[in-house]
Amino acid sequence: MNQTQSKGRRRRGTLLEKAVQGIFTLLGLISIACVALITGYLIFSGIPAIREIGLVEFLFGTTWYPSTGDYGILPFILSSVYGTLGAVVIGVPIGFMTAVYLAKMAPQKVRTVVSQAVSMLAGIPSVVYGLVGMLILVPGIRSLFHVPSGASLLAAILVLAIMILPSIINVAITALEAVPKEYEDASLALGANEVETWFRVSVPAARSGIAAAVVLGVGRAIGETMAVMMVSGNKANMPDSLFQSVRFLTTGVASEMSYAAGGTLQRKALFSIALVLFVFIMLINFCLNFFLKRNKER
Amino acid sequence: MKKACKIIAAVLTVGILATGALTGCSEEAATVSTDGSTSMEKVIGALGEAYMADYSNVTVTYNPTGSSSGITAVSEGRCDIGLSSRNLKDEEKANGLTETVLALDGIAIIVNNDNPVTDLTLEQIAAIYTGEITNWSEVGGNDATIVLIGRESGSGTRDGFESITGTADACQYREELTSTGDVITSVSQNPDAIGYASLASVGSTVKAISVGGVAPSEDTVKDGTYAVQRPFVLVTRTGEALSDAAQAFFDYITSSDAAQIISDAGAVPVV
Repeated sequence: MNQTQSKGRRRRGTLLEKAVQGIFTLLGLISIACVALITGYLIFSGIPAIREIGLVEFLFGTTWYPSTGDYGILPFILSSVYGTLGAVVIGVPIGFMTAVYLAKMAPQKVRTVVSQAVSMLAGIPSVVYGLVGMLILVPGIRSLFHVPSGASLLAAILVLAIMILPSIINVAITALEAVPKEYEDASLALGANEVETWFRVSVPAARSGIAAAVVLGVGRAIGETMAVMMVSGNKANMPDSLFQSVRFLTTGVASEMSYAAGGTLQRKALFSIALVLFVFIMLINFCLNFFLKRNKER
Repeated sequence: MKKACKIIAAVLTVGILATGALTGCSEEAATVSTDGSTSMEKVIGALGEAYMADYSNVTVTYNPTGSSSGITAVSEGRCDIGLSSRNLKDEEKANGLTETVLALDGIAIIVNNDNPVTDLTLEQIAAIYTGEITNWSEVGGNDATIVLIGRESGSGTRDGFESITGTADACQYREELTSTGDVITSVSQNPDAIGYASLASVGSTVKAISVGGVAPSEDTVKDGTYAVQRPFVLVTRTGEALSDAAQAFFDYITSSDAAQIISDAGAVPVV
């Protein structure tokens, strides 16, 4: 296969074609090089601080206070995990139902309008989410729940839940639309009504695509920085209440990077936080690939 | 493929040569290096820009390492002018360093416009931030929990506030925000919040309270009656002449010509 291809190329092979091929290869290599570079850089700059602090103390220490030499990132990890889970718990049912509605129920006109609105939601910069959250959501939570300050884990969860909606809706719609029409026709022909058909036939048939949508939402939520930084209060507390002011992994890096002096343990530790975040995101990506692959095989 | 490699190599070579030529040019011009306090970034940045606009052959560099690092750097001769947002200690002066106060920086203590409290003593502020006083009624306000808003670890404003109030590493913040603007917005949104911010950034959206009976203003910072303030200090080596370019820059930023630039950058000029 390879041989015949290269023979064919040699026959037609002009200089131009080779040059173009070279350029394309080079461009392709650039993106791979970026990933390799970032991975390598994160590992090399993230490991020293972990070795200095100690892996267990770094990952499971409950106090982060650089000026007194406490570098425990468990509060960040738990906040990120809880925040993401919370966003998924709220965002997935809404996104999933919206997707079912848009893919199966909605009249064409409604569908066009809602789809466009969803795309628009995806296009809003995260700083705008943060600002709206800071000016409306945070004071709202404060007066609704009678807590001293609304900047909390709950505020971050609500903002993230809205931010992950577009990716969930879009991927889930694609998955639902890919279900062969024959499945649904067969179900209807057997006497099931439409709602039964959607939830008993279409959704199970599209389940790995829907799972991929959820994983994508998780990835978006765990990586979000700006909006979270503006509504979560940003204090490195253990997240033992919804109204606690918390700091995520992402905001932990972002909020101290501008002031941590080069070469200090604080700065090195920030790279280590980034490395931990990177590992999380890699795991999520593996899950995503797994679901997508299963989807394709089916 | 081989030919493509050759072309790329040629392009790279030309590029490297060009870069070499450009850096070669700038090396001929004079450089004034400053090193130190991160809080002075805005002031020294504005002054450097204004100076470089007038004298295009001079490059003013600034290395934000923190006051103590800047003082060490100048004493070891690694920069021309050290920048410190605190006065020099006696032993630092004894080790051959001279301080020149460039400007003063007032830190305003801000509360929500709806908060009836208008005055706190420095001790009360310290007690509030360390968590000894947790309710506004203890200092003459409404019966409500005080929400402490501060800056992130490493911020110059936080460092300044905590060292002046003597609360370093003891503050029980509810929120740690990453910019002056965020602090002001959060305080303006929460009637029970207290925060601190550079005096020049405080507008009408929040109320800057008086400290020990003295309202913060450029005048009270200048005459030293407003307590929550710190100096921006230029550190040089005693009895050792600066380079011509560094001396010219030093003279410029301590002259009255620079006063407007300093106050535009948010600090209070002393001349």
